[in-house]
Amino acid sequence: MTYFKLATASALALAAAGVSSTAQAEDLTLCWAAWDPANALVELSKDFEAQSGHTMNFEFVPWPNFADRMLNELNSGGKLCDLLIGDSQWIGGGAENGHYVKLNDFFDAEGISMDDFAPATVYAYSTWPKGTPNYYALPAMGDANGWFYRKDWFDRDDIKAAYKEATGSDLREPQSQKEMLQIAQFFQGREIDGKTVYGAAIFTERGSEGITMGVTSALYPWGFKYENTPGSYDMEGAVNSAEAVEALEFYKEFYKTATPPGYTNSYMGESLDAFKSGQVAMAMNWFAFFPGLYADPNTGGDKIDFFVNPPQNQAGSTLGGQGISVVAYSDKQDAALEYIKWFSDPGVQAKWWELGGYSAHNSVLEDPGFVESQPFAGDFLDAMAGVQDFWQEPAYAELLLAMQKRVHDYVVADQGTAQEALDKLIEDWTEVFEDEGKL
Amino acid sequence: MSDRTIDRVASSTPAPVARKIRGLSDRAIAWIFVAPTIFLLLAINIFPLVWTIRLSFTNYKANRIGREVKEIGLRNYERILTDSDIWLNMQATAHFLFWTIFFQVLIGFTLAWMINKKFKGNDLWTTIIVLPMMLSPAVVGNFWKFLYQPQIGLFNYIVGFFTGKDPSSFEMLGQVNLAPWAIVIVDTWMWTPFVMLICLAGLRSIPDYIYEAAEIDRASKLRQFFTITIPMVLPFLMLAVLFRGIENFKMFDLVVQLTGGGPGSVTELTSINLKREAFEKWRTGYASAYAIILFVTVFGLASIYVKALNKVKER
Amino acid sequence: MSGFSINEPSNRIKWFAGSLVILYAVITMIPLVWIAITGFKSPADAIAYPPKYVIGGEGESGFTPTLEGYVNLFTTRTRQTEEYLAENPPQNWADEIVRQYDMVIVGPSKFGQRFLNSVIIGFGSTFLSVFLGTLAAYAFSRFKIPLADDLLFFILSTRMMPPIAVAIPIFLMYRQLGLSDTHLGMILLYTGVNISLAVWLLKSFIDGIPTEYEEAALIDGYTRFQAFYKVVLPQAATGIASTAIFCLIFAWNEYAFAVLLTTANAQTAPPFIPTIIGIGGLDWPAIAAGVTIFLLPVMIFTILLRKHLLRGITFGAVRK
Repeated sequence: MTYFKLATASALALAAAGVSSTAQAEDLTLCWAAWDPANALVELSKDFEAQSGHTMNFEFVPWPNFADRMLNELNSGGKLCDLLIGDSQWIGGGAENGHYVKLNDFFDAEGISMDDFAPATVYAYSTWPKGTPNYYALPAMGDANGWFYRKDWFDRDDIKAAYKEATGSDLREPQSQKEMLQIAQFFQGREIDGKTVYGAAIFTERGSEGITMGVTSALYPWGFKYENTPGSYDMEGAVNSAEAVEALEFYKEFYKTATPPGYTNSYMGESLDAFKSGQVAMAMNWFAFFPGLYADPNTGGDKIDFFVNPPQNQAGSTLGGQGISVVAYSDKQDAALEYIKWFSDPGVQAKWWELGGYSAHNSVLEDPGFVESQPFAGDFLDAMAGVQDFWQEPAYAELLLAMQKRVHDYVVADQGTAQEALDKLIEDWTEVFEDEGKL
Repeated sequence: MSDRTIDRVASSTPAPVARKIRGLSDRAIAWIFVAPTIFLLLAINIFPLVWTIRLSFTNYKANRIGREVKEIGLRNYERILTDSDIWLNMQATAHFLFWTIFFQVLIGFTLAWMINKKFKGNDLWTTIIVLPMMLSPAVVGNFWKFLYQPQIGLFNYIVGFFTGKDPSSFEMLGQVNLAPWAIVIVDTWMWTPFVMLICLAGLRSIPDYIYEAAEIDRASKLRQFFTITIPMVLPFLMLAVLFRGIENFKMFDLVVQLTGGGPGSVTELTSINLKREAFEKWRTGYASAYAIILFVTVFGLASIYVKALNKVKER
Repeated sequence: MSGFSINEPSNRIKWFAGSLVILYAVITMIPLVWIAITGFKSPADAIAYPPKYVIGGEGESGFTPTLEGYVNLFTTRTRQTEEYLAENPPQNWADEIVRQYDMVIVGPSKFGQRFLNSVIIGFGSTFLSVFLGTLAAYAFSRFKIPLADDLLFFILSTRMMPPIAVAIPIFLMYRQLGLSDTHLGMILLYTGVNISLAVWLLKSFIDGIPTEYEEAALIDGYTRFQAFYKVVLPQAATGIASTAIFCLIFAWNEYAFAVLLTTANAQTAPPFIPTIIGIGGLDWPAIAAGVTIFLLPVMIFTILLRKHLLRGITFGAVRK
């Protein structure tokens, strides 16, 4: 239906432009978060500008405000963005509320196949309802929450010996969540080169999604499930399972015993700061930042190495990443679709990875040279094999805010127990699903 | 030509008649002058208020365009008033309100009293003291966040310097026991001058002869302070408290920038909570009911207070 | 006894009071001075511990002032390869500064545009509020308007609503009218909020102008409108100017509406400044530079306004 409207619109546009068959040059605006990959995308898009004659403008919003500002923009029917690289959890709302243009007909017409993209990314970034072949975005940026550490410290003999003496085991890339905590506690408060350092920087941010993304990185490896049966919204016994309680307690212990002081409200930026300023031995953050971290003159290069979120009862990583969508309120949808078509080209995707963007295209990921192309490339493939995402329901914001509150109250503000926090979370979520008419 | 004729006629007729001849009547002018303002207020204030009341009885969600909107009666109000989390927000707001007013009155009055001693250069120093209150609260909150940084912030450094505490051993914005005070400190820094200015006006309004008479009666300075200064300044002080009370009940920008409501929810004032409901969860109907409850609360408290203020004035 | 006034405190008391007030003034200025200084630090110096406070000084507490913060505030930069940097020498002094981080300036940042939005919306709404406010204030001051007191109180009461509460229906209304994220929408909104201040304040100023002048003018054959225009307005000029500055400061400082109702096109500086980010983490010198530039006009206005400050902040209730 939307596509039909589009076709009419473009026909009118063509008629207005006279007999010229070339599309009119447009000023397109692409909205995304302000972070390293966005700069890479600006670089990449220069090719598109040269090829198409369209001009690309960018509106990059810092992460802590990204969801707030962009959802506000969509909900007010704004025409600021023609293209939006929206967070994975927005897809439900974007589809159901008509913010995003449905891309199926366009994909068919242009011969773009979703089979060319990694299945986990298509599932997470493009489909609504989940897993059905209804596409509202093209996977643009694969991402997951991973870890990095000071390889130079881990390799030092004095530190290795001290670790062996303190714990009885060898210092290495952690193989489990608990080992990771042990290592972090070992580094906490230690003097290295005359400076006090700390264990690890983790996410504790309250305002947007920070602490939820951090906590789920512990919950998933412990085997946390949102529902007993997918699609049934029966959360009792799943969300507050014994494993979930243990994982949440683990995260709190991590926060209390192995993080630098003052990191009570920290997310991506703070994690990067802590690591780059040499304060911490390890840090969690999105893979998206890894190219920048590797290139860092002070703590990058051979001083850094990366590892996938360690398993506990099972492997599991928190999903990040985004798909690129065409905003339904845009007047320039044809040109926006042109951009998506250009972006889906394997050649462009290869360059995207080269510049520091995480392509989700199979031609890139399955290339024999991929794993060796960057020190974190192999970890990225491992992570994407075990990713889980938060609810992607249209009511995701309500669900997320509830979790932010319950988890932050427990972990940072010391209120109640882990069991109580998760019990209350189920109450909050139940209320939301009742309002939604799903329970 | 005709203008001049009218001029001549006008100048020879009494004023009210002239006005009728050459211009609009006072009544018409009054309405023409007032109408645009009333119209604007209707459009920007009243119509939205009515709309808010209307929405507060529905389950409307502004981000769900196609969703059916249902009338749910008083359900939103019921939910809000029985929600224990919201009562915690109210408590946080009350704590903030009480202590900011307490410190601002204490420090503001003391300063005004000192300035009223008319030392040399008091005008200059008054102007300097007044600066913080004119600044953008959001921007103030933002840079105070920088001052409060546990390791690098100036605030911790200065406190550490004077108390010998390790500046990285406490976190003004991150600790449950400190964050509510961190926001009180910034608000006090910002708004003490407001109370001070009003108190100063009160002090300066006291005529000299009252003190002179007291002096003749050999009333002690302390007695003069409690029987003359305080009662005469009280109406001014109460006015200052009214303004600060209303402003801080609405408090949003400063605290959002400082703590965002955290840690946990200990500094989540009602306005911050309302913002989350209305513009993050998009529960428009629910948030509308919340807004009405807040409005009625401020309006009610303010009306009672104004009555008390008028009584004090009459004395 | 002659020449002695008990209201003239002794020198000792004056000295004591004076030093306390000055001490308070100095303490109260520390945060502002600190921010101004931070604007001239490098990012590394800005987060150094212990804090560096000696401008240009050597040693642990000294730092070399730099314009990095200001450059970062007004530009966007991107990291470049060594080959590129070697081939392309810096274009100007600003480029030179960012080169030390292997970066080049690729264009202006959004700060300039946001600052311009603040100016447009601030002045637009101020003009409108003062224009409408003067008319209404004159009418309230000089004519018998039915229910005048109620109307006036009602005008004031709209300021009691939390801005978020007002923003809910405005958001819906603007969405319908296509006024979201537009200059016009923000100007109308700020005018709607400011008009209550303008009416109350201007009424208090106009009340202070004796009616005799107008009556004389009316007898001289002026129409009521002419009397307003030629007699009252000039006399109310100072009051109008002060009111204008108050309205401007409100619009300039406003945050809640701006953050909820604008995303880019009409976004003003206050919601933008806290989101200035550097390469990972907040760029404190750039934020400090933005804060300094943003606060400076208000400080100057405050000094200009000092005679009418009290009247302004109390809605004309206290006139001094």
